[in-house]
Amino acid sequence: MAVTAEPKVDLREPASWRRTKNRIVTALMYFALVLVIVPLGFVLFTVISKGASIISGQFLTAAIPPQVLPGGIGGMGPAVVGTLEITGLATLMAVPLGVLGAVYLNEYGGRNLLARLIGFFSDVMTGVPSIVMGLFIYAIWVVHFGFSGLAGAFALACLMLPVVIRSSDEMLKLVPNALREGSYALGATRARVTLTVVLPTAIGGIVSGALLAVARAAGETAPLLFTILTVTATNTNVFSGANTSLPSQIFSNAILPYSGAQSRAWGAALTLIAIAFILMIVARVITARFTRLGR
Amino acid sequence: MEQQPEQNVTERQRTEPVVQQQERQEDQTAPEARVFETKNVSLWYSAFRAVTDVSLSVHENEITAFIGPSGCGKTTVLRTLNRMNDLVVGARVEGDVWYRGESLYAKDVSAIAVRRRIGMVFQKPNPFPKSIYDNVAYGPRINGIHNRGKLEEIVERSLRQAALWDEVKNRLKASALGLSGGQAQRLCIARTLAVEPDVVLMDEPCSALDPIATAAIEDLMHEIKSRYTIVIVTHNMQQATRVSDRTAFFSVLRDEKSDTRTGVLVEYGRTEQIFQDPQDSRTKAYVTGRMG
Ligand SMILES: Nc1ncnc2c1ncn2[C@@H]1O[C@H](COP(=O)(O)OP(=O)(O)OP(=O)(O)O)[C@@H](O)[C@H]1O
Ligand SMILES: [Mg+2]
Repeated sequence: MAVTAEPKVDLREPASWRRTKNRIVTALMYFALVLVIVPLGFVLFTVISKGASIISGQFLTAAIPPQVLPGGIGGMGPAVVGTLEITGLATLMAVPLGVLGAVYLNEYGGRNLLARLIGFFSDVMTGVPSIVMGLFIYAIWVVHFGFSGLAGAFALACLMLPVVIRSSDEMLKLVPNALREGSYALGATRARVTLTVVLPTAIGGIVSGALLAVARAAGETAPLLFTILTVTATNTNVFSGANTSLPSQIFSNAILPYSGAQSRAWGAALTLIAIAFILMIVARVITARFTRLGR
Repeated sequence: MEQQPEQNVTERQRTEPVVQQQERQEDQTAPEARVFETKNVSLWYSAFRAVTDVSLSVHENEITAFIGPSGCGKTTVLRTLNRMNDLVVGARVEGDVWYRGESLYAKDVSAIAVRRRIGMVFQKPNPFPKSIYDNVAYGPRINGIHNRGKLEEIVERSLRQAALWDEVKNRLKASALGLSGGQAQRLCIARTLAVEPDVVLMDEPCSALDPIATAAIEDLMHEIKSRYTIVIVTHNMQQATRVSDRTAFFSVLRDEKSDTRTGVLVEYGRTEQIFQDPQDSRTKAYVTGRMG
């Protein structure tokens, strides 16, 4: 082929305004990415650099020293126990109820009035500030039965419920109708279609949505303010007596003037991030497991 | 399937000379030979009347083909035969549909029970996101078969019938979503055959298949005809002439005033008659390729 030959067709993209636009938008996208990554990286870096030296097996189990004592870091044992108890209980309440609610909205309710009302109110509930949830539980539960991990779990469950309903609902909506029809055409009942086709198809997304809600709830402080009282002693009975949690301990320790307390707060913050991170990984693993056959 | 021996006799008789066969077909109008009977059936999607006034009868151990231009309501009519339209919000049936003498839309009839007898293969393949084996075993399991050996036997037989066994026998545990479009459609056919329905409704089962797989499916239809009654929607006229005993030609009736399009059954008869001696000018135009 002669080097000087004119190409028969010109397949190069013409220099044009489209190309310029492409460059501008690409640059904007990278800028937005940096805008998101930098604060996130900064937060992570700060928490890790201040908290990594504090976290240890002992820190995670030791008692929280009295807050008036200036020296010594002590530990966060009671708060770790409290957070696991309260968040676990809230998960047990909110996730099954939320998933069942979403199943009702999608598979059973159709467009009837009840389903539309539930959908509407769950959306409204998403917008309720978390501290209001705490006050609500305070008014209807704590006033009568006193502070307890259970009350805190109620408040967290109220926060998680609409999120679980919404995310499960979205996942169930993604299940192609053709699959449901395929199952119905074989003579399946609605319950069977839901259990053997719809839920298995959507389960990966439902689980990761639910775990994201759990991770969020684990980091909530405001709804616990009026419900668990935030003490420093370990309370292994989640159903009665004042309790404590990592986010509330971060709050109460970080505002103290003592360096020991502040270190404790950083350690607790890193613990909380680690819990969220572990939940995230679990969500990924479960999603991958469930969708192995689906993809 | 208690009637199987009797039906096998029918099949043997079909291979007798054509004249005799035709005679027999004509006097096969005894009511018990009619699997479906519809009278003035109209189907509404909310306020839109998709098809109107469909009256036809589907005969036992025959293949009935629905042909007609796109959007004329073939799928809609097919879905009224196993109450799939119940699942569509706003869908409403008017008129009478009888299945073996029972009114399909009577108050005490369960759509679940109906669909266990009347299976359906959809226009688009819809394998479940499960393994190939579990897809085929799905229906038998619904019907309470959990015995492993029995299930394995059903799976193999169904896959063989659907001409898919050789391609998948070594990967029964693999996801059905890894199959090609044509393989997936044959899997869906196997899935439907696994429950041994009385009637198989097929909505363009070959539209995603190559000629070889299409031929395999057509062979399958001929083969299982002695045990099942088949209704097939097809856009392929040759296919209709090759496989079907009777053909229903649907068309669209356009109302100029209100600008609505409604599907109507134009002509229904024996396949040879519809293709060789159509009585309606619209049928004639369609089957000779001058329309649609
Ligand atoms: N779920 C639905 N809701 C509302 N209208 C529908 C629905 N399904 C079908 N229709 C309408 O009913 C009419 C008939 O549709 P149908 O699917 O039965 O046609 P078809 O003959 O099967 O066409 P094709 O050959 O393209 O598959 C069309 O006008 C279609 O838009
Ligand atoms: Mg169709």
